Amino acid sequence: MSAVTPPVTQPIAQRRGGLGRFRRSSWTTHLVLVALMLLWLVPTVGLLVNSFRERADANSSGWWTAILPPYEFTLSNYEAVLGQSGLADAFVNSLFITIPATIIPIAVASFAAYAFAWMDFPFKNALFVLVVGLLVVPLQLTLIPILRLFGPNGLDIGGSFLAVWLAHTGYGLPFALYLLRNYMGGLPKEVFESASIDGASQATAFFRLALPMSVPAIASLAIFQFLFTWNDLLVSLIYIGTNIENQPLTLKVANLVNSLGGNVHLLTAAAFVTMALPLVVFFALQRYFVRGITGGAVKG
Amino acid sequence: MDDLILAAVVVVGIPAVLVGYILLTEQILKVFPERRRARVRPWLWLLPALAFLFVFLVYPAIGTFIDSFKDRRSGDFVGLANYQYVFGSPDVLGAIKNNILWLVLFTGLTVGFGLAIAILVDRVRYESTAKSVIFIPLAISFVAAGVIWQTVYAFQPAGQPQTGPLNAIITTFGADPISFVRNATTGTFALIIVGVWIWTGFAMVILSAGLKGISAELLEAARVDGANEWHVFRHIILPLLMPTIAVVATTMVITALKAFDIVYVMTNGAFDTEVLANRMYQELFSFSQFGRAAAIAVVLMLAIAPLMIANVRRFREQEALR
Amino acid sequence: MRLGRSRLLAVGAASALMVAACSGGQPTTAPGGSGPAGSGPAGSGPAGSGPAGSGGQIGGTVSVIGTWGGDEETAFLDMVAPFEEQTGVDVQYTGTRDLEAVLTTGVASGILPDVAGLPGPGQMRQFATNGDIVDLGTVLDRATYEAETAPTFVELGTVDGMLAGVFIKSAVKGPIWYNVANFTGEPPATFEDLQALPADPAEQKWCVALEGGADSGWPGTDWIEDIVLRQSGPEVYDQWVAGEVAWTSPEIRSAFETFGQVLENSYGGPDYINATPFGQGGNQLFADPPGCLFHHQASFITSFFMNEGGATADQYDFFLFPEIDPEYAGALTGAGDLFGMFTDTPQSRALIQYLVTPEAQQIWVDIGGAISGNLMVTEYPDEISQRLAEALADAETFRFDAGDQMPGEMNTAFFAAMVEFAADQSALDSILANLDTVQTSAYEE
Repeated sequence: MSAVTPPVTQPIAQRRGGLGRFRRSSWTTHLVLVALMLLWLVPTVGLLVNSFRERADANSSGWWTAILPPYEFTLSNYEAVLGQSGLADAFVNSLFITIPATIIPIAVASFAAYAFAWMDFPFKNALFVLVVGLLVVPLQLTLIPILRLFGPNGLDIGGSFLAVWLAHTGYGLPFALYLLRNYMGGLPKEVFESASIDGASQATAFFRLALPMSVPAIASLAIFQFLFTWNDLLVSLIYIGTNIENQPLTLKVANLVNSLGGNVHLLTAAAFVTMALPLVVFFALQRYFVRGITGGAVKG
Repeated sequence: MDDLILAAVVVVGIPAVLVGYILLTEQILKVFPERRRARVRPWLWLLPALAFLFVFLVYPAIGTFIDSFKDRRSGDFVGLANYQYVFGSPDVLGAIKNNILWLVLFTGLTVGFGLAIAILVDRVRYESTAKSVIFIPLAISFVAAGVIWQTVYAFQPAGQPQTGPLNAIITTFGADPISFVRNATTGTFALIIVGVWIWTGFAMVILSAGLKGISAELLEAARVDGANEWHVFRHIILPLLMPTIAVVATTMVITALKAFDIVYVMTNGAFDTEVLANRMYQELFSFSQFGRAAAIAVVLMLAIAPLMIANVRRFREQEALR
Repeated sequence: MRLGRSRLLAVGAASALMVAACSGGQPTTAPGGSGPAGSGPAGSGPAGSGPAGSGGQIGGTVSVIGTWGGDEETAFLDMVAPFEEQTGVDVQYTGTRDLEAVLTTGVASGILPDVAGLPGPGQMRQFATNGDIVDLGTVLDRATYEAETAPTFVELGTVDGMLAGVFIKSAVKGPIWYNVANFTGEPPATFEDLQALPADPAEQKWCVALEGGADSGWPGTDWIEDIVLRQSGPEVYDQWVAGEVAWTSPEIRSAFETFGQVLENSYGGPDYINATPFGQGGNQLFADPPGCLFHHQASFITSFFMNEGGATADQYDFFLFPEIDPEYAGALTGAGDLFGMFTDTPQSRALIQYLVTPEAQQIWVDIGGAISGNLMVTEYPDEISQRLAEALADAETFRFDAGDQMPGEMNTAFFAAMVEFAADQSALDSILANLDTVQTSAYEE
């Protein structure tokens, strides 16, 4: 059943070390890229430097003055953030919320995306467009009807992780479907044709062909969904509410600042503390952005 | 400990459940006669997704549509009164104008930068690093981004040392410092730039993934045949990448229409920076005007209709090409 | 067969999943509390206002939501620590800027905290008339409460005879601060005298700072309120709050114009005024050379003087906003943090009973930056707070912050109007006209 096996995963491009990788990079490319990188980095660097300065210093002089002597760096901001009680719990809660909230929508969306991409049924495109259109539904307006459903008069799961997982799945589906369907739709038709000629069922084609070939799209989706749920404040606030046991990191960090906006300087350190994990996820999933997974398929 | 077990069960269980579901559907389908199966199967595959969408998005959207014709407490029907307010209020009209600015500038810049970066990094050794740098802003929460850019745009009166890099540069050249954010002329643009800074990474990641899907041999062959870079881009990459670009562009347009967090965190709509989503939030929660909030949401939702039509056309084309 | 095994796995996983999901992570604040019933009276009737009135351990939890974060949150937790010890109740506090969102969705869906900070008297009124909030008259002994609390605060917390909210702490608005090194004269008797004073040694007479993120412009509203109260009197003030006096009326207009004069004598010009966070508004008092002589701001600003401005406690002092029209002398504006109860449980009752006691209020007062509305609290940690508290108690005419009492839409428009006015005073006509338009729609039922 050779037609059903996924294509060779050591495509030519990779073996050569990347297409034209080191031949095409002219100095203009480098110049433009480095300029863009600097432009993007500078604001973040400013925040990083300020996170190591005392509030009074940060308020009275620009951050670039701090990288020249006299050096007046301090760890007090980080101490204040990390020293908060319950921070570790909040961190763990964030993980509990984020990981399932990333996995569930991807799993649910992948089947539906495949159906939209490779199966035929009436009103397929109209239905899909409607689904994508749901991207625009403002989240705030869904809160009350759904909370009624989740509340004591309904399922009574308010305050639980389950409520948040379901909510994030619902909110994340339109984009997940859009991305995956688009990617799957772009997969070479020949692969599926030869699979069906060989008698493979749709399920087999899905699990053995479509899914493996869609790894870059799934990886991107995983990164984004993880990120959005990790940094989310409003959904957790509303669905978990005052159930302190389950409150995530974002809620904890937001409380560093008092209602009058005092202690804003602590947010500089807090930003880096909360940023760490999503960046790790990003780096980890980067390797799935590999060219050529479909490259050899046509020849197979 | 229970939470850990729960989470482990979920992480393993959900995909397992779904796999089981698919296998279950195959069994169910055996009930149907052979020829019917292909027609029923798609709906079974779509069912979980459609169920979620219905509960979380469709049902509230319908409720919102109905509420837009009711009064502030969603009690009595008031016909088109809320829409009259929306299109008559100078604040809301100002918000609409700003959303259009967001639409054009934000989308254009994020897709443009995202595409340029995705293509350029493909050719350099430090691709991973470069992509990470552009991606970092997306990893930062909106609140932190607000803090960062408050610093960048920081303003001190002329004569005082500047605490923000932009004004520091401006004053070094002898000009007066500009209050970028708290200023009706530049406010919205300042916020849009923050948005572009954050979201370009998003566009870049997706476009990069799409780019990787373009066969290496194809590009190699073209280059060997003597095509220059621009030609390769224009005639090979661009057409093949078009579906991905369309996805990114559509998503960015919708993000522009829904722009909320940046405005909420930095200005809350003051200084002529108001946008529809922020106004809707205020009407809903601060003013307790449910009807008006619903009307704004409906306007927002209808605004993407042309975009959706364009998408339908594109899908049809994509399928026809197959 | 591989197929069979994976199916079994799936079914097994699914059942485990369902069981686990339904039992894990449930909220612990189910109504009625889950702790052992106390041995003492569980406070189901009106309790006295002695320390932790219900006496004896009740256990359980009470969920509280408010806008306080950072050091305010710490202060609140310090305030309730004795309560937790005495009653064994765990106070679970969540602070959030999106208080209105949580309360609005909560009221609509039934998922509410037990006790909540209320955004203001205006919203409190809405909750009360809709029946969402518990009548605190059934929780507190009204006679004792009314005897112990400043009358204005009792009134503000009452809606149509029902006690809907109590004040945890308050602030005095309108003191005018100065650096003792730069201003050594007598506090001026009237506002006219104040305006006539020269600016030196400072560059300008006033510092005004309006930036406040989402609420930018609110310090300006405090100015207008102080002026209206003293220029046009408490009756006009009350009517204005109720939406019965138009913004384009001569009284309100003249208040804006008076403020306009202040703005013209303010440090930094319009850009500075709108871009500077209110917490840094006083910094120029302590600069060398000083940018301004006077700063008008509520009592909480003292901690900002020290943290943001680098001042020490002996460097600043205040005098109260002077009279404008002698007919309306002796007026004072203030504000406070209002609390209400959404869920009637033994724990939430006990908490409310505790929070209004002088002992509880003294805790936050001692921490600093808070004035208590409880008349039995007389000890303040420093001279400035003492004077402010006395001013509050002795005020002939006291009015709560006007904006906080207005409907949310009006208040937001008021904030925005101040920012626009500071940016361009010549636009006053259109600003006031716009406020009138908002007024018509904001006050309709």
